[in-house]
Amino acid sequence: MRDGIVNVVIAGLGGQGVLTASDVIAAAAFLAGLDVKKSEVHGMSQRGGSVASDIRFGARVLSPMVPPGEADFLVAFAPEWIDVSRPRLKSDGVLIEPAFLGDDAKSLGRALNTAMLGALSAHLDIDENVWIEAIRWVLPKKLHEMNERAFAIGRSMASSGNPKEFTQDSALSTQD
Amino acid sequence: MTETKLTERLLLSGNEAIALAAKHAGVALATGYPGTPSTEILERLSKLGGPAQWAPNEKVAMEVAIGAAFGGGRAIVTMKHVGLNVAADPLFTVAYTGCSGGLVIVSADDPGMASSQNEQDNRHYAVAAGVPMLEPADSQEAYEYTLRALELSERWRTPVLLRVTTRVCHSKTLVRPSSNQPSPPAPHYEKDIKARVMIPAYARPAHHRLRARLDEIARWNETSPLNLMFEGQGPALGIICSGVATMHAMEAAPGAAILKLGVTYPLPMGLIRSFAGRFERCVVIEEGDPWLADAIRAAGISVEDKPAKYRFGELDVARVRKILSHDDSADTVAPPGKPPALCAACPHRASFEALKNLDCIVAGDIGCYTLSVLPPLEAMDTCVCMGASIGVGLGLRHVLPPDEARRVVSVIGDSTFMHSGITGLVEMMYNVPPTGHVVLLLDNGTTAMTGLQEHPGTGRSLGHEPAHKVDYEALARGIGIESVHTIDPLVEPGRLEVVLRECLAAEKPALIIVRRPCILAAGKIRQYEQARRQGASCDCATAPGSATHA
Ligand SMILES: Cc1ncc(C[n+]2csc(CCOP(=O)(O)OP(=O)(O)O)c2C)c(N)n1
Ligand code: SF4
Repeated sequence: MRDGIVNVVIAGLGGQGVLTASDVIAAAAFLAGLDVKKSEVHGMSQRGGSVASDIRFGARVLSPMVPPGEADFLVAFAPEWIDVSRPRLKSDGVLIEPAFLGDDAKSLGRALNTAMLGALSAHLDIDENVWIEAIRWVLPKKLHEMNERAFAIGRSMASSGNPKEFTQDSALSTQD
Repeated sequence: MTETKLTERLLLSGNEAIALAAKHAGVALATGYPGTPSTEILERLSKLGGPAQWAPNEKVAMEVAIGAAFGGGRAIVTMKHVGLNVAADPLFTVAYTGCSGGLVIVSADDPGMASSQNEQDNRHYAVAAGVPMLEPADSQEAYEYTLRALELSERWRTPVLLRVTTRVCHSKTLVRPSSNQPSPPAPHYEKDIKARVMIPAYARPAHHRLRARLDEIARWNETSPLNLMFEGQGPALGIICSGVATMHAMEAAPGAAILKLGVTYPLPMGLIRSFAGRFERCVVIEEGDPWLADAIRAAGISVEDKPAKYRFGELDVARVRKILSHDDSADTVAPPGKPPALCAACPHRASFEALKNLDCIVAGDIGCYTLSVLPPLEAMDTCVCMGASIGVGLGLRHVLPPDEARRVVSVIGDSTFMHSGITGLVEMMYNVPPTGHVVLLLDNGTTAMTGLQEHPGTGRSLGHEPAHKVDYEALARGIGIESVHTIDPLVEPGRLEVVLRECLAAEKPALIIVRRPCILAAGKIRQYEQARRQGASCDCATAPGSATHA
């Protein structure tokens, strides 16, 4: 991984699992030995309102909030509300939406979130085993198998280069 | 995230870090009342096996903590910023009496009002009451400052304010806990009437002692290790800051020298003066009111303040960059997201539909049910602070012309009723408005708004263990209310509106209890009840609290 901080924003609606997904990313960065900060506003999140979680990691993270327009990755769980969070993404940042999974999206159900993390992971220099460990750390045991499978699907689809969402260079390689 | 296997390096929220420090410091008692962003401190401490309990409100919590500290025990009391308004009366006088055991008051402020009714800056309380104040910037400091606050409190026998903000409470950052805290002194009673009984004759010298103590602490603070200095590149720019604003400032201005104040009352003016004097430009970066900037300038030190518009809302890296570059362009505002709403099957809905159908003027209160103010219901007319519904409703009844007064109803949640609604009922019976009054008590069996906490009306303790349960109907009758009704809106859908109409027409003081558990809490309540019946204690690992709100 290069110097510099990786900035990820996860956006969705209350009840969609934004906070859990951001816990997994933060855990992966943590287990990879990096400095990490994760921040979100919890207020009213479970009453269905918009929620966003910021995760920043690298050698040393200062502010816990991703500055506006500086997100390298925007993971959108609620694409219909994407306009709310799009300004957070930098101009060459990567947007990850459920649509990239095509027909698989429906069959994944709740593990769709984890498939999207799999897609995110393909852009990041954190070992796959570390991600699996992070999933096991954050999620209850009975959900491990299903989520590990979903993660692998998302990761392999992103690595094989989905034409719609993944033509851009990874944000890491465009950082200066 | 848990502490498993990570003894030397943890990823914790500020609230979790405070709880861990409280546990490591061996606090004898931790109490508080839920309120975002403070709630998880006690929930986490309870899961860590520490002594954590909910009080009915912040004033009672403060008083219980004061008693524990008078008895020589270490005590922590937690609340959101507005909670300190409720607890302000004991705060101002415990500053005079001081304490034997460490007493730390955690005030969790909410700049930007992520989930609060105002964005008051509680640093003023430290100044007004005369208690030392510590402001951590991240979880590591939240952990350390909790320990230091207890030490300071014991060293100077003074309560200490640990002032945190939403970003510190809810951000997860790395923590390296210190191992092997010395064990706390054992509680025991020291009789000291002149220090503890604040009649004027004893309070006058106590006030002198308080000011002398603050002078001493100010001198100590000049060289306190809690204030940090980071050298920059040359004499161009120095920044004075505290709390999470420090993190934004360091990122926004990597070349600037930084004086990060950890103890923000009483201020180390000598240190600040010598720092400010070294720079061509010295800027104060602080969230909320210009407390630091005003105090520093009042001491005759020349510093630059942020423009007035940054008094509103949180700071972030972009806003700090703008302050530093004198860029007064408007902030980019994110488009409004989807607003929260009452859950589809929320039992509160029925009450607001009935109130709307009867065209009531609704003196409302704070809780999930406040969401009824949003479209399409728009069925709440006032909301000031917890418990205000009853007093405000009575005031309206007293002055409005009779045809309007008759439509006024006060609506209050069960946790809010326990917090500060009981005295409102007493007032209703003592100064009865000419048209009577109607109070709707929305008993959903939990404190839903802040993430499903227990309270004295649920019959369970913070850890969901069986506890005494307040009987609202008997309480109301004891106060003297004759017209008391209990309705389950699910079992008897139409009855609420009928009873409400009758009570309004009767023009006498009435209490209608609408009882039906919150749908998010119902399953858990069943589990706890089952555990109670089986005589087993419930599994705290499955306890609610993972989701947290106002
Ligand atoms: C003085 C004060 N303390 C705490 C809070 C945070 N808070 C807001 S509403 C509420 C209680 C809500 O519970 P309840 O009245 O039972 O309504 P519900 O959310 O369950 O509908 C709390 C603790 C506050 N706003 N003010
Ligand atoms: S959490 Fe409970 S009280 Fe709050 S809106 Fe949902 S059902 Fe209603």
